[in-house]
Amino acid sequence: MSEKKYTDLKNVSDVVISTRIRFARNLREFPFPCRLSDEKKRKVANIIKESVLDGHSAISERFRYIQMSELTQEEAVSLVERHLVSPEFISDRQGRGLLLLDDESVSIMINEEDHVRIQVINSGMKLEEAFDLADKIDTLLDEQLDFAFNDKLGYLTQCPTNIGTGMRASLMLHLPALQESGAMGKIGASLSKLGLVIRGLYGEGTEPSGAIYQLSNQVTLGISEREAINNLRDIAFQLVVQERNSREALSRNINVLDAIYRSYGIMLYAKLMSNDECMKLISNVRFGVEMGLFDNIDFDTLNRLIIEIQPATLMKNIGKKLTPAERDRIRAELVRTAITQQKIPVSHRLENSENSVK
Amino acid sequence: MLCQACEKRQATTHIKTILNGELKEYNLCSECAHKNGYSSFFGDLNFDLDKLFGSFMDSIGPSKIRKRCQCCGSSFEDIAKSGKVGCAECYDVFYDELLPSVQRIHGRTSHTGKLAHSAGTEVKVRNEIARYRAELEKAIKSQEFEKAAELRDKIKELEKYESDNSAAQGKE
Repeated sequence: MSEKKYTDLKNVSDVVISTRIRFARNLREFPFPCRLSDEKKRKVANIIKESVLDGHSAISERFRYIQMSELTQEEAVSLVERHLVSPEFISDRQGRGLLLLDDESVSIMINEEDHVRIQVINSGMKLEEAFDLADKIDTLLDEQLDFAFNDKLGYLTQCPTNIGTGMRASLMLHLPALQESGAMGKIGASLSKLGLVIRGLYGEGTEPSGAIYQLSNQVTLGISEREAINNLRDIAFQLVVQERNSREALSRNINVLDAIYRSYGIMLYAKLMSNDECMKLISNVRFGVEMGLFDNIDFDTLNRLIIEIQPATLMKNIGKKLTPAERDRIRAELVRTAITQQKIPVSHRLENSENSVK
Repeated sequence: MLCQACEKRQATTHIKTILNGELKEYNLCSECAHKNGYSSFFGDLNFDLDKLFGSFMDSIGPSKIRKRCQCCGSSFEDIAKSGKVGCAECYDVFYDELLPSVQRIHGRTSHTGKLAHSAGTEVKVRNEIARYRAELEKAIKSQEFEKAAELRDKIKELEKYESDNSAAQGKE
């Protein structure tokens, strides 16, 4: 890694995978979801759905409404794998609804922990852009709905950990070198003193898979949205520099290089691949790309692959239920094709492969 | 291996959580796992936080548990147990009881961010003054004195509006 790239904070795609901004809002006249009957939940869902779809804004037309209870289990889990909804949201789908923007960059969860959860996801480090869009949608809704707001405590939420701005800003980070060097525990402890939290891939309580971590602000009261975002960005930049430092230190470690090249070999030739193994391989190869070892693979391909190989999304794309063994075979195929850079759509690729599942 | 929670039944559910890099492992029987919200595939993984929050609440004591929110029927005990507030009105009804927990979670107790359209004029004006003050500081630092003067006038105007308003309210 050259000295220049090392401290370059304009392009941090070697560490930052994606950005997410989430606002929590509630309607003043209804109790919070934990105190709502299914019938009342449906009423809340309708009010919010109508205010978004009938809103007098160009963006209104780009949303579609999904009634969560009508989805199959695979479709629902796939929404989690694509980070469009939280794991909690699909645990009980009664009375819950989802508004999804056509390009899937904005999702509005209805009756999750709060009546409204506006979420914007962008790839790479795009905190301002994501915040501006979430803010705009929130303002549109605020014009039509009466949000629960208190002059002292700000926006009111079901869980007091979210009151104030109701905003959670997160960055998804790939930190293989810091993980390898065993520094994550210490980093986590010092982050909590700064009002930030770092956790696994799918948020609260989940394990980091493939060295992917989610860094987000913890404090939402007494700090403005902009301050919280600036704070998050500053800390993320420090982590980027630390991660690059550790990568530099590991770049001549023969064991690390061996693991990376072995992973690449497996990705090219394996016939069966479990989800866990696959996440580790992708992480290792991404680590190799970040160190400049492979120039035929780009981050976008790997980011896309991380989502496509998840079990429910894989079945959704194929269009039928598969046993774990069948999934392992198709997963290996998906990975091989992506790595060898054949840019053919997923469905087509699989139908025409000689071993396709009938 | 026996379940860590009840220490009676065989542990069949093994849970690993990582929060702030701290790995925690639990071995629970299916019943205790269900009780803690680990029954479904993704399940409710928030129980750590809720329990933690609940225990904050416990320290306040049972003296005020009789009071109930008129809007949703929650008592403070309900809120303390679940870690979930029942409705917007609960924040008014149980403001004093909730405040220590809010202080512990956020370190602060008053909002400074975006305002809903329903916010009072007073807060809106206060918020605007704070925003202009921050801009003023920046302008002075970067030696943009013309801009600073403009901002100072705006702040003065708003402060006058604020004091006139509170004076008017005082007379009523």
